[in-house]
Amino acid sequence: MEPLQRIEAVALPIAQPNCDTDQITPARFLQKPRSDDFGRYLFADVRFRADGSEIPDFILNRPEYRAARIIAAERNFGCGSSREHAVWSLHDYGIRAVIAPSFGDIFRSNCLKNGLVPVVLPEDEVKALLDGLAASPGAHIAVDVVEQVVVFPDGSVRGFDIDPFAKHCIVQGLDELDYTLSQSSAIESFERDYDERHR
Amino acid sequence: MPRLRLRTKGNTVDHSANHTPRTMLDTIWDSHRILSRDDGQDLLFVDRHFIHDVTEPAFRMLRDRGLAPRSPGRIFGTPDHYVPTHSRKATAINDPERRTMIEALTRDARGADITVFGLGDPRQGIVHVVGPEQGLSLPGMIIVCADSHTSTHGAVGALAFGIGATEVGHALATQSLWQRRPGRMRVSVDGTLGAGVTAKDVILAIIAKIGVAGAVGHAIEYAGSAIRGLSMEGRLTLCNMSIEAGGRVGFVAPDDTTFAYLAGRPYAPKEAAWDRAVARWRRLASDPDAVFDREVTLDASEIAPMVTWGTTPEDALPITGRVPDPDAAPTAERRETMSRALAYMGLTPGTPLEEVPVDRVFIGSCTNGRIEDLRSAAGIVKGRKVAAGVDAWVVPGSEPVRAQAEAEGLDLVFKTAGFEWRYAGCSMCLATNGDTVAAGQRCASTSNRNFVGRQGVGARTHLMSPAMAAAAAVTGRLSDVRRLMAGA
Repeated sequence: MEPLQRIEAVALPIAQPNCDTDQITPARFLQKPRSDDFGRYLFADVRFRADGSEIPDFILNRPEYRAARIIAAERNFGCGSSREHAVWSLHDYGIRAVIAPSFGDIFRSNCLKNGLVPVVLPEDEVKALLDGLAASPGAHIAVDVVEQVVVFPDGSVRGFDIDPFAKHCIVQGLDELDYTLSQSSAIESFERDYDERHR
Repeated sequence: MPRLRLRTKGNTVDHSANHTPRTMLDTIWDSHRILSRDDGQDLLFVDRHFIHDVTEPAFRMLRDRGLAPRSPGRIFGTPDHYVPTHSRKATAINDPERRTMIEALTRDARGADITVFGLGDPRQGIVHVVGPEQGLSLPGMIIVCADSHTSTHGAVGALAFGIGATEVGHALATQSLWQRRPGRMRVSVDGTLGAGVTAKDVILAIIAKIGVAGAVGHAIEYAGSAIRGLSMEGRLTLCNMSIEAGGRVGFVAPDDTTFAYLAGRPYAPKEAAWDRAVARWRRLASDPDAVFDREVTLDASEIAPMVTWGTTPEDALPITGRVPDPDAAPTAERRETMSRALAYMGLTPGTPLEEVPVDRVFIGSCTNGRIEDLRSAAGIVKGRKVAAGVDAWVVPGSEPVRAQAEAEGLDLVFKTAGFEWRYAGCSMCLATNGDTVAAGQRCASTSNRNFVGRQGVGARTHLMSPAMAAAAAVTGRLSDVRRLMAGA
């Protein structure tokens, strides 16, 4: 996992609630190997026509948003299917942070495993951000994971919460598995007692 | 690791007097807690891990790190997403990538001594149908699977939740997962359900009430007399769609209905072990005075047969309703969302839902592919014909369901009426195996998601119960099943 301390980039506004993981990565791409560039599958059904040509109206196809590496969205972003492929699509396209009032629980967890930071801000602050991005397309914002702040297009700053352990993993680019494996003896002793209690 | 302190938990659950009232969520959670981190996450022991034919990336992650599954005896698999439903032969899959997904499951499981009910095995089916059916999903368990509809298994009184590929790798390697305890939410449905009203209508009514984000961050405990009155299969339908309300976990306290369902299942405990297990399971239910972070109540008698009109499961209305008008929406944002949904769905505001014609009918999925679902649909279909121009399918949720239905003659009821009778798999619910709804076609579906493109690019999905889907098949439009019941 690549470390992420701070990112400053174009932010893509998705002014729509309940953007589900079927939209982010349609199910027909679940059969693709992880070695594929999943960025090609990001929002595929609304981004490309059947012949592969771009749908010009779709926001990601507009020149001012192509370099987006941050997404701002309305509530319940990433709801639905547990497919980690949705996060892989965002990641491979270059997205490193998503800002929304709330996230699908599984999607949020998947983000943290892949070096994407899910930033929760209050609904009114996200609304202000979406309005600001709509008013100045292609505007840059910043997400600073170390300082736990978002810098809006107008330079104003909003704080956000993140679990200390998740923050540590994102900032250092570590995953949980090595850490858990170092606790194997605790798992083994728990399992012995657990099996004893469930005979 | 900075600032990281661990506490090893005592392993016994305190059932002594003078404790604060406990919820079932807390009881199961605490009995699986191996370690706690000071950021509030707990390492939970996983009793049961189900795998399927989209688990390949997780096995690859393990191989890349030189790791193997830690506890193969606790892991069971079956292919479902990519299996063909017109044949039981992998050679019938024309797409090599899809075939590879099934072959990868077989290879990865065999290499790790994991039991798989493969294509052609009489126990194969959709993983969320197979688990309870085989007695692999039991009360008090923590169950995980790389699929958001893992919440289904909560119906037996387990904490069951969907996870992503990286978490699958973690669970395979350590038989445990780091999780933050969700909020406690109770959804109570009291009273008596009317004729023609099923568990599917109950859960659609719940989602319509609380919204698709209504339970985000929470585990839902379903309670109340109408829930206790549901069969186990009804409870499986109910818990299945918890995730459509944003709840990763949904469950029902185990009771005599649960125990009667599980008794004698192939992997359920036997004889003295069964008796000891039931005694333990009876202690799982929430205390009567347990406190929940959120409470929602519904009156069962007010729930009608439901149908969705839009592109999220909260866009649901009684079948007696009309296509809603965005101009009547409470906010500009909602107006825009509704307009976009209606444009995609090809619907005109004000149209009676019963006048909406359908092209396709899909009866199946982990939501509604069980034997009671097929009996319910067959009861409506019997003596009738699929309407002209409608392509109607029944895809049993598992091969045991298919065999049972055939033993009861339900396959003949469907086939005589003009339905296609298929083999078990996820099929048209998410169309990964090639069973798709064509662009612009309208499908009456017993599945769980009416998302844009879910059943195929441009497909229009209306969610409903099996009986309602059967009614749509024979009338050729969305229909109030109550008018077709008992010869009405």
